[in-house]
Amino acid sequence: MPERRRKWKILMLHMIVLPTLFFGIYFFSLAPRSWEGVDKSVVEKIAKEHGREAVAPLIDPGSGDLLLFGFLVAGAVGGFAAGYYWRQLTRKG
Amino acid sequence: MLKIFILSILFVLGATPAFAMHISEGILPFSWALLWSLAAVPFVALGVKRLNFLAREDLSLKPLVGLLAAVVFIVSCMPVPVPTAGTCSHPCGTGVAAILVGPLVSVVIAGVSLLIQALFLAHGGLSTLGANTFAMGVVGSLAGWLAFRGARRMGGSLALSGFLAGLLADWGTYAATSLILSLGIRGEAPLWPLFTKVLLAFMPTQLPLGILEGLVTAGMVTLLYKKRPDLLIKMRVIKEEELPSNA
Repeated sequence: MPERRRKWKILMLHMIVLPTLFFGIYFFSLAPRSWEGVDKSVVEKIAKEHGREAVAPLIDPGSGDLLLFGFLVAGAVGGFAAGYYWRQLTRKG
Repeated sequence: MLKIFILSILFVLGATPAFAMHISEGILPFSWALLWSLAAVPFVALGVKRLNFLAREDLSLKPLVGLLAAVVFIVSCMPVPVPTAGTCSHPCGTGVAAILVGPLVSVVIAGVSLLIQALFLAHGGLSTLGANTFAMGVVGSLAGWLAFRGARRMGGSLALSGFLAGLLADWGTYAATSLILSLGIRGEAPLWPLFTKVLLAFMPTQLPLGILEGLVTAGMVTLLYKKRPDLLIKMRVIKEEELPSNA
């Protein structure tokens, strides 16, 4: 019985936490504000005031879908690695 | 397997190009970029040596290092919107890495993450790699590790010490970035007013984000204490007498 209740508790927690998390991420991402990174709003802005400007990186994926794809792949690989190692760490026996 | 799948999906859905703390390519003059690279090299070298030592001593630590490398890589390119500031930034992850595998290995993890981000994600830069490694790897890891050890020595709980480590690793990283940036771009301008200006500009975003990183760090350390307290003993994070009674 306690095991069943525990499972329900975990399931309910996931049903509440995950949608909230995604709502939060997408609300803030899609909201009509620029949500500029601090590298643009602080680092590059202040550097420009002092005569220093950022240059294109060595491998330049631009700022469109290619860069987004790069982040997608990085997220997937990183997430897989984190989950794989976490399972190895917490595996019983 | 389900956990791996869920984690992968979570990070894939959350993937957006991150533009955050890392100093971009070309911002620092060559002399300063070289200086920070030279300053970071000894720490990276010592970290590699320590990592080799740990791997020789106990192979079972490999998954822990792998997990932390993945965590640092992901969180340091994950933009988190901060509603109070209207901007995005990212946590560093070096606090939790420094607690669990030590500050030197954490420097290596941060350096490798920053290198991959600079090469393939246009995040940071190769010329500023040394400066970014110094700020996030060296200063972030040391600040987190010292905060954790200091809080534990003063009798702080694991969660509180973890929180302080995450908080100070984050704030320390951004303070170091402010100093590195100010030194590099100031020209003839006085240093401290510029440093204060950069630091104050970071604050609205980084103050809440540091608190978030503190909470996440405390959560990770506490979770590992519940799941694998033996690992924490092995890494001298806790003492044997602090083991949970059912372990």
